[in-house]
Amino acid sequence: MTFLEINDLKVHFPIRGGIFNRKIDSIRAVDGISFQIEAGQTYGIVGESGSGKTTTGRAIIGLNQITSGQIIFQGIDLADKKNKKIDFRKDIQMIFQDPYSSLNPKKRVLDIVAEPLRNYEKLTKKEEIYRVAELLEKVGLSEESIYKYPHQFSGGQRQRIGIARAIALKPKLIIADEPVSALDVSVQAQVLNFMRDIQEELNLTYLFISHDLGIVKHMSDRIGIMYKGRYVEEGSTDDIFTNPQHIYTKRLVAAIPDINPKNRAKQKTFREEVQKEYEQAYHDYFDEEGLAYDLRRQSETHLVALPERVN
Amino acid sequence: MENKLLEINHLYTSFRIRDDYYAAVDDVSLTVNKNEVLAIVGESGSGKSALAFSIMRLHNRAKTEGEILFKGENVIGMSDSRLNQVRGKDMAMIFQDPLTALNPLMTVGEQIGEALFLHNKKLDKQARRTKVIDLLNQVGIPRPEYVVDQYPHELSGGMRQRVMIAIAISNDPELLIADEPTTALDVTIQAQILDLIRQLKQKMNAGIILITHDLGVVAEMADRVAVMYAGEIVELADVETLFENPQHPYTRSLLNSVPNVNQQQDKLHVIQGIVPSLALLPRKGCRFKDRIPWLDESTHEADPVLREIKPGHFVRCTCYQHFHFPKEEEVDQSDLS
Repeated sequence: MTFLEINDLKVHFPIRGGIFNRKIDSIRAVDGISFQIEAGQTYGIVGESGSGKTTTGRAIIGLNQITSGQIIFQGIDLADKKNKKIDFRKDIQMIFQDPYSSLNPKKRVLDIVAEPLRNYEKLTKKEEIYRVAELLEKVGLSEESIYKYPHQFSGGQRQRIGIARAIALKPKLIIADEPVSALDVSVQAQVLNFMRDIQEELNLTYLFISHDLGIVKHMSDRIGIMYKGRYVEEGSTDDIFTNPQHIYTKRLVAAIPDINPKNRAKQKTFREEVQKEYEQAYHDYFDEEGLAYDLRRQSETHLVALPERVN
Repeated sequence: MENKLLEINHLYTSFRIRDDYYAAVDDVSLTVNKNEVLAIVGESGSGKSALAFSIMRLHNRAKTEGEILFKGENVIGMSDSRLNQVRGKDMAMIFQDPLTALNPLMTVGEQIGEALFLHNKKLDKQARRTKVIDLLNQVGIPRPEYVVDQYPHELSGGMRQRVMIAIAISNDPELLIADEPTTALDVTIQAQILDLIRQLKQKMNAGIILITHDLGVVAEMADRVAVMYAGEIVELADVETLFENPQHPYTRSLLNSVPNVNQQQDKLHVIQGIVPSLALLPRKGCRFKDRIPWLDESTHEADPVLREIKPGHFVRCTCYQHFHFPKEEEVDQSDLS
C-alpha cells in the first residue's frame, strides 16, 4: 500500500462578480496533479510563486477545500465525504513558512506546544509539562524555555518550536511549507540537519515544499516540478538534476547561481543555450494556453509532461 | 588612484539603545572602483544594510563618524541641498522590497518621472514620458507604453523590482547600491535581474555595491567580496580567491553551510550560536570567538586587525591559521537558550 497517493487533485478558487456575485470564472490553482509518497521518504515539490505548490500542501492537510480528486492516506480517501468523520489530523501535521507569524505572540511556548496535546490527549498539568519539556529537549531547547514567549527566541529557535508543535502527536506525515526560506543560511543548515535527524528517529515522511532547488535536492528522494498548477516533470532527485527533460526544468536548473566563480562563462553560455531552446521550442512543451501537457513516462521513475508524439 | 569612486575610511555607524550608542558598523574601511562589483556578504544583523544606508545617508537617528569620500567629497559633511543633488543622481540605491519602497498611490510613470524631474527641471512633460518609456524598455519591461500608467500593485514582483531599478538608473548614477535586490524573487527572475545589473555595469561604467546573503549570487556577480560579521569586515578578497581559498573561520563556515547543487552532502555545517545582538556584542577581542569555542583562546589576537596576508587578500585576527571544522566530540549539541 502506498503511504500517500494523490490522484488528479484539483483546487479551483472561484472568481465572483456580476449582478448577483455569481461565480463567473475560476482560478485553477492546482489543476490535476498526481503523485505518490512512500513511507519514510521525503518528497519535494518545487515551483515558482503562484505555481500552486503551497495550495497542494494545504489541500492535503485540509486547509483548502479541494474541487475534485483523491487524497488516499494509508488506504483511506480523505477527500471522500463519507470519510469526513475520520480524524486524520493527528497523523498529518504542518510546519509553516514564517516562524515569526505562525506562533501566537500572546502564548507561552508551553501553551503553543501543548495545544495539540490538549486537543487529543487528556493529561494532567504535570504530565503536560513533562511532555512539553521532552519535546523541547528533542528540538534542542532548554527546559526553562517553556515559560518564555516567542519573541524571546531567534528565528531558528522559533522554527524549532514550530517543529516541536508539529511532532507533539507523533504524526506520520509532515508537510513542510518552505520551512527555512525565512531564515539565515547558517540557521537554515541547523534546521535542515535537525529535520533529517528527527525523520530517522521518528520515522517521518516529509512533503517538502520549496522554491529553492538546492535545498530540495539536499532533502528529497523524489521531486515534482510544478508550473501553473500542473506538473511538468517528476522523478527521482537524480533524474531531475542530471537528466532534466522538460524545458521549464532546464530553465530552473540553469537559473541556480553557481557557487564557483570560475564557471561564470560556462554558466552564461549554458543559460543562453537554454534560453534559445526555450524560445524556439516553447510550443513543443506548452499548449495554446501556455499550460503543460499531461505527464508521460520516460523511464521507471521519470515522468515528463510532453505532447503526444505524432510519428 | 584615478579609478577610485568611493572611499570609506574608519566608518562608525551607531544606534542608540536606551542611553548608549552601539556601533552597528564598527570601523569599516573600503574602496569601490569604477566598473566594479563589490559584494558585501553577511548574516542578518551583521551591519551590511546599515553600512549601505550610511553611504546614502538614509539613517535618521544614527550617529555616523568617519569619512565617506564619494569622488573626493565627504558625504557625511554634505549640506542637505548638496546631498539632494548627489543622491539619486550620482549615487542611487535599489531597495530590497519593491512593494514597500514604491509608492502605491503613484503610477509607475510618475515615480520614475519624479526622479528625472528632481535632477533635471528643464525636461518637459512629454520629453519625460518618452524618457520613462525608454527606461522601462531598458530594464526589459514588455509593453512599456502600457505599464507606464499602471500602479505598482498591478505588476508582479519581478516587474516591480525592474521599476525600482529603472528609478535607480534614471539619472545614470556612477555608484549603484543594490541591497538584496533579488531576495524576494524566484530563481528564473533572479537570473534575469542579475543579468540586467551586469549589463548596466558594463554600459555605464558604474561602481556597484551588492549586498546579499546568497553566496551563489556573489559567485556570479562580484569582482571583490567583503565578508562582514558583527559590524566588522572579517575578510576581503577578490571573488576567486575568496571561494577557492577562504581563510577566516566565518567565511569558511558560511561556505560550508549551503547545500551545494553539484555534490551530495550528508550533513550541512552548522555555525554554533547566533549573531549577538548589538548591545551584547563583545567589543574586545575576536568577535567570532564564541562561535568557534573548540579553538584555543591563545589562537585569537587580543586586538584583531584586518591584515593583508597576500596582495589584495585581507583577513582579520590570527585564529584563521589554526581553524579546523569541529570533530564529533567538539560539537556542542545542546544549544541551550
